[in-house]
Amino acid sequence: MPEIKFDPEVCVNCETVDCLMKCQYIEFACISDAKAEKLKINAGEKSRVLNECLTCYACQEYCPYSNNPFYLLVERQEEKGILPAPKPVVEEQLRMMSPKGRITQQKVRSPVVNMCAFPMLAGCIRGKLFEGASVISGNDMFCNIMWLHFAKNSVIRERVPKMIDNIMSFYLTDSKIDEMVCFHDECYGTYTSVADAFGISVPFKPVHLFDYINRRLDELSDRIKPINEKIAYQRPCSNRLSPETDKILDEIFIKIGAERVPRKHDRENALCCGGVPRAQQRDELADELVEKNISDMISSGAKYCVFNCPFCMATLGQEVAEHGLMPILVSDLVLTALGE
Amino acid sequence: MLHEEILHRCFRCGYCKMPSNYIDLNCPAYLAFRFETYSPGGRMWLLRAWLDGKIQPSKRFAEIMFSCTSCGNCTEHCPFPDFKNLLLEAFTAGREAFLDGGLVPAGVRDYLTRMQLHGNPYGLPAKKRADWAEGAEIATFADQDYLFFAGDAGSYDTRGQEIARSAAKLLAKAGISFGILTGDENSDGNDVRASGETSLFEELAKKNTVLFNKINVKKIITLSPHSFNSFKKDYPKLGGNYQVFHYTQVLAFNMGKLKFRENPDPVLATYHDPCYLGRHNLDYYSPRMMLSAVPGLKVAEMDRNKQNALCCGGGGGNFFTDVLSSGNESPARSRVREAKATGATVMAVSCPLCAIMLEDAVKSEGLADDLRVMEVSEIINDRIM
Amino acid sequence: MNDFIRQLAEITGPGFVSGEPEERYLYSMDQGTMSPVEPDAVVMPGSTEEVRQILRLANKHKVPVVPMGGGLVLSGLTRALHGGIILDMKRMNRILQVNPKSRYAVVEGGASEGMLQAYLKKHHPELKHSMPDAPPIATLAGNICIHGSGHLSVLGGFHSDMLTGMEVVLPTGDVVRSGSCSVSTDWFARAPLPDLSGLFLGWSGTTGVVTKLGIRLFPSYAHNDMLIFVCEDADLMPDIISRLTGTQVAEDMTPWMTPKPEWARGFLHINISYGAHSKKELTFKRNLLQASVKKYADQKIAGFLPMPPSEKSRFLKIPSPDLVKFADLRKGGGFEYVGAIMAIEHFAEAYRAGLQIARTYNVSYSMGARIIGAGHAMMFFYAYAFNRADPEDIKRAQHALEATNIAALEIGGIPWKSELPAQKQIIDKMDPGTFNLMNKIRSVLDPNHIMNPGNWEK
Repeated sequence: MPEIKFDPEVCVNCETVDCLMKCQYIEFACISDAKAEKLKINAGEKSRVLNECLTCYACQEYCPYSNNPFYLLVERQEEKGILPAPKPVVEEQLRMMSPKGRITQQKVRSPVVNMCAFPMLAGCIRGKLFEGASVISGNDMFCNIMWLHFAKNSVIRERVPKMIDNIMSFYLTDSKIDEMVCFHDECYGTYTSVADAFGISVPFKPVHLFDYINRRLDELSDRIKPINEKIAYQRPCSNRLSPETDKILDEIFIKIGAERVPRKHDRENALCCGGVPRAQQRDELADELVEKNISDMISSGAKYCVFNCPFCMATLGQEVAEHGLMPILVSDLVLTALGE
Repeated sequence: MLHEEILHRCFRCGYCKMPSNYIDLNCPAYLAFRFETYSPGGRMWLLRAWLDGKIQPSKRFAEIMFSCTSCGNCTEHCPFPDFKNLLLEAFTAGREAFLDGGLVPAGVRDYLTRMQLHGNPYGLPAKKRADWAEGAEIATFADQDYLFFAGDAGSYDTRGQEIARSAAKLLAKAGISFGILTGDENSDGNDVRASGETSLFEELAKKNTVLFNKINVKKIITLSPHSFNSFKKDYPKLGGNYQVFHYTQVLAFNMGKLKFRENPDPVLATYHDPCYLGRHNLDYYSPRMMLSAVPGLKVAEMDRNKQNALCCGGGGGNFFTDVLSSGNESPARSRVREAKATGATVMAVSCPLCAIMLEDAVKSEGLADDLRVMEVSEIINDRIM
Repeated sequence: MNDFIRQLAEITGPGFVSGEPEERYLYSMDQGTMSPVEPDAVVMPGSTEEVRQILRLANKHKVPVVPMGGGLVLSGLTRALHGGIILDMKRMNRILQVNPKSRYAVVEGGASEGMLQAYLKKHHPELKHSMPDAPPIATLAGNICIHGSGHLSVLGGFHSDMLTGMEVVLPTGDVVRSGSCSVSTDWFARAPLPDLSGLFLGWSGTTGVVTKLGIRLFPSYAHNDMLIFVCEDADLMPDIISRLTGTQVAEDMTPWMTPKPEWARGFLHINISYGAHSKKELTFKRNLLQASVKKYADQKIAGFLPMPPSEKSRFLKIPSPDLVKFADLRKGGGFEYVGAIMAIEHFAEAYRAGLQIARTYNVSYSMGARIIGAGHAMMFFYAYAFNRADPEDIKRAQHALEATNIAALEIGGIPWKSELPAQKQIIDKMDPGTFNLMNKIRSVLDPNHIMNPGNWEK
C-alpha cells in the first residue's frame, strides 16, 4: 500500500509551520519549537505532538501546501503504537462498525444519497429538496474515516477499498450512475482528500451535500420562504478536509435567509464538539470545549445551532437545547425554509 | 392453533399485567380474578399446556379464556418485540378452539346465539335498529358524504340510543353531511370476531359489506370505537373498503363550526380512553382535541391514561357475556374510583359501552352524586347554543 | 383436601381459593429449569388476619404452606415440594405509609416494586427505593427475603440491609413484629433490639410469612448519569472495582460480560450509575470516578466508553427491560441464573469458570455482577437462556447451572436464592453448628414442619 502523499522538503522549507502554530489545543513556545516537533514527526521520531493531538483534523486545513500533516501524524501514531484512546474502547468500535455483509443489490436512481452509518437519519431525505433520491446506508458502506481519530490508518486502507467496491457493485454500476451525494462531510472527505492522500482510487464522483443543496435551492427558488433567523454553525472537523465547501454553505444560508452570525468559534476557529476527547478519556477538556463553544453561540444571539455532523449533533444537541438554542441539521434547516 | 409457536416464548415476566408507569394493575381479567391463570402470561402457558396434553379444557379454563376483553394492554407492554403484536390473535385463536370444542361459558353461548339468529346481541328485531333516530329528523343514507353507523348499543340500548342521538345532533350542528341505515344492516361483528367466532363474524361482515357496497357507501362515521375498529381493520379483506372515522375524528377539526354559550360554568373533567380508539387504533387525541375546545372545561388526566388506560371491562363481548363480573374486583369500579381521585366531577367517554359500564360502576361505588359519566358529544351539546 | 379448601374459602372468600387443575398446573413451576410439582390449592389472602387464620388451619391439619410473591425467583423456591397450599401474597399490595422525614416506607407483604416506585414518583418525588432488575410485579418482600440487590446497592448494600422492620405470621399462626415497630409506632430501624428479622431473611419461606415490612428510602436526584468502563483483562477487575467504589459516589455498579452483541464479546464492562442535585455536582462526581481509575486510562489498557446522552437513557431506565429480553435469546422464553455472592477478589476466577462452563455445556450465557456497598461483596451472576419447548436445551441449561453452583462454591462464593440441588451443596459445605442452629430454630418456629418443606434439608 502506498505511503501517505507528502513531501518532506516542503516542511523543511516552511516558514510559518501553520499546521502546529495554528493548533488550538497544543502550545508551542515559538515557531522553531513547532518546526522541531514537525520534523521529528516527519522523520518518525518521538514527539509530544503525537500524544497530545486531539485529532481535530484542522491542520489539514491550516497547511497552505496541502502536505497532509494530519494523515501523516496518524500514520506515525500507528507506527509507534501510540493510542489516542484506550485499546478496548477502540477495539469495540472497530467491531461495531465493521462491514456486516448485510447488503443486497438494488437498483438506484439519481440522486443517490449515501447516509453512511446513519441509516436512522434516512428520514432526513424527504421533500422536494431530495425528490426522487435513492438512499443507501449501512455498515457496508461506512466511510471509515473515523479511524483517523484512533490511530488506525491501517483499517482505513483495508476497509475503504471494500466500501468503494460495495457502492459500485451493489448500487452504482448496474444502475449506470457515476456520482453519489455524500450526506456527511466525513464521507466526502474520505472519497476526496483521504483517498487522494492514501492513493485509493475512487471510480465515482463524490458530490458534497452543500453542492447538491445549493443547486436544488436554485431550482426551487420560488418555494423558498426565508427563515430570517440568526444561526450559530457548528462546523464539523471533517469539513476541514473540504474547506472550499464552507463558502457554498454561506451561499445556502443567504438563500434561505439564515444569518450565520460571526462568532469566535466558527470557520477556521471551529471547536471540536467534544465527542472524541471523551473517548480519549479527556472529559474535563471536553467540558471546557463545550462550555466555550456554547457561550460563544449564546452571546452571538443565535436562535438555532446548525450542525452538519450527526455525531456532533448527538454529542452537543441536548446541551445546546438546554441552553435555549434549537439543534438542527443543515438539511433540515433548508427543508424548513422550503416549507417541508 | 394460530400462533401456537409463540406460546412457549412467554417468560411470564408480568409486564403485561401493568401500565408503563406501574401505578396499579392494568389487565382487567387479572385485576378481576387475581390468579396468575387469568393474566395474559397465564393464558399463554395454559394454551401451550393444553396443546401438549398436560391439561384438558374445562369450565374454568373456558372462563379464563373468555375473561379476556382484548383490551390490548398486554400487547402495549410486553417487552418481547418478536411476538407482542400476536398475543391477542393467539388468545382469539384459543377461544376459537374452545368454541369448536363446544366448551363455552353460558353467557358467551347466549351472546353468540343471539348474534347468529338476530344479527345483534340484544335478540331484538333488525327493523328496530333505527328506532333511536325517531323524531331526530335524520335522513336515510342515500348520497350524503358519510354513512353514520350507530352500532348495536347505539341502536338498541336506551342509554346507547341517547348517545347515538347526541352524536348525530352534534355532527349535524357541525354541518357534516350524513345518513343512516334503517334495519338492513347488522352488527359490525367486532366483538364476535374477538370472541373467536370467526365464521359468524365473516357472515355478519359480508352481509354488511354487500349492503354498503350496494348503496355505494364510501365513508363511514361510527358511534362506537368497536365498529370503527372492525370496519377499518377487518372489513377490507372481506370486500368492504371504506374510509372509516370515529365520530370524534371528524369533529376534532370542526370544533370551530360550533358556537359555545358565553359564561359557561367551569368544570373539571377527566377523559377515559376507549381501548378500540386508543390502544388499538392509536388515537388518543381526537376526543381530547374536542374537549380542549370547550370553554370553561379543564381536563385532569388519570394516572392510567392514553396507552395506559384501564379497560372498562366491556370488550371481547364481556359487556354482554359478563364473564368478568364473576371475578372479585370489577375493572369498571376501579376505573371510576381512579376518575374520582383526579377531583373531576365529569368522566368523559367516547364509547357507548364504556359509558354504560362506567355508569353502572359509579352507582355501585356510591359516587352518583360526585361523578357524572358523560359522552363527549353530550358534554359539548350541553354547552353549545 | 376438598374440605380443607372449603375451610380456606371461608377465610378468604370463595373467589380467592382454587384447587382447580388450571391453577395447580400454573403454580407448579416457575420460568426456570426446576421440574413442576403441583400444589393442592392456591389461596390468596387479603390481610394479616386472613394469613394468620390460614396458617392456624394449615398447622392444625399439618398441610404444607408455601409463601409466594411475584413468582419470579426462577429457582423453583415457590413450588409446593410436598404438596399443600401456595399463598399468593399479591392481593396484599398496599403502600401503607411513607415517612419522608426519616426516609422509610411501610408496605404490605405482597406490594410490588413497580407500585412503590410509581407511588413515590407521584406522591414523594424526592424519594426513591432500590429496585432489582426483576420485572416490576416482583414483590418487595420476596426480593428482600432472598437478600436481593438492585440499583442502589452500592449506596445501601443488599436489599435486606435496607430493611427497617417486619410483621410476620409464624407457621403456628402467631403474629410477631421485629425491629423498632415492635416497640414504637415508627419503623425506622431494626436496631437497637435483638434482630429477629434474621429469622426470616434468607430462609426461603421456611420460617414464616411476611405480611408487612419497612424499607429505607433514598433521596432522588434531579440529575442522573451513567458511565460505562471497559477493559479486556479480568484480573484487573478487582482493583478497578475497588478504586471506583473507593470514591463512594456511585449508587450502582454492575459489571457485565456477554458474547452478544458480537462487539462486546471478550470485553468486561462496568456500568456505573450516579446522580446529583446539580449539574456541577454531577460533573464533580464523574470526575472523581474517572480520576480513581486514571492509572488504567493513562496506560490505555482500559477506559470509559464515549456515549452521547441519547444512548444513555436506556441504561438509566429502572428496572431495565433488557434483562427480561434475555429470556427470548433462544426463542424459548426461558432463562435461569446462578447468582453467587462472593468476595470481589475472585472476579477473574469466577469469570473464567463461567466461560469454561458455557463452552463445556454449549449454552447461551450472559455474565455480570452487582457490586454491594463500598465494594464489600458482589453478586456474580451466570445467566443461561434456554428454549422451554426443547427438553434437550433445558437439560443443557440445568447441567450448566449445576456446574456453576459447584464452581461458585469452590471459589468461596454462595449461590443466592439457591435451587434445591444447590441448597444441598451449600449444606454439605456449611459449618455443622450453623446448620444445627438453623434446624433448631425451624423446629421451634415450625414444629409441624409445614413451611415450604423440602427446602434447606440434607
